[in-house]
Amino acid sequence: MAKKLAIIASKGTLDWAYPPFILASTAAALDYEVQIFFTFYGLTLLKKELDAKISPLGNPAMPMPVPMPNLVQMLPGMESMATMMMKQKMKDKGVASLEELRSLCQEADVKVIACQMTVDLFDFKKEDFIDGIEFGGAATFFEFASEADVSLFI
Amino acid sequence: MDFDKELDARGLNCPLPILRVKKTLAEMTGGQALKVVATDSGSVKDFQAFCRQTGNELLESSEGNGEYTFLIKKKA
Repeated sequence: MAKKLAIIASKGTLDWAYPPFILASTAAALDYEVQIFFTFYGLTLLKKELDAKISPLGNPAMPMPVPMPNLVQMLPGMESMATMMMKQKMKDKGVASLEELRSLCQEADVKVIACQMTVDLFDFKKEDFIDGIEFGGAATFFEFASEADVSLFI
Repeated sequence: MDFDKELDARGLNCPLPILRVKKTLAEMTGGQALKVVATDSGSVKDFQAFCRQTGNELLESSEGNGEYTFLIKKKA
């Protein structure tokens, strides 16, 4: 029987968006059966138009080309600039885009559950999400996770 | 070395080389050999791990000029 990987994806920034998609797609390539439960901010990673951003603010470990005090990082436009620079760097280094990893996960039959409570909480519209996902709650997650060989909270 | 198919994974970073190999192997038949050329230095360890976990056989793994070449035999 195939091994199982259960992931909870709870964060929606560009940096935090990578681990669930990288691990899920790789596990699928290793013949795991994979399920990701997207909750809270992680749910935004299921929108048709991905708009994940990265912020150096409150993220002192982020490598910067020049040292930058918080006071500068909070200026308007800094977040967009950091996101643009990070995406460019990833492209230069041959790191897949989030869109690509996400569609690779879908091609590999990674099962995606969207947290219904979060959908209600933030008034998200189901038509804003990608196709092929299911909606459910914590009990739905445990049904799969209780039999998983690896469970991750991200 | 003889191979049945070749995959150019140069310029790709983790986990793309593994994902491409998985996809390419799926199009091949058991016993056939796939040659992979990559530039990701992490792929050396990753292909060993991939083969150990999937039952495919890593026939060869070599390095030269910043490129890593692998020969993988698909499990029967």
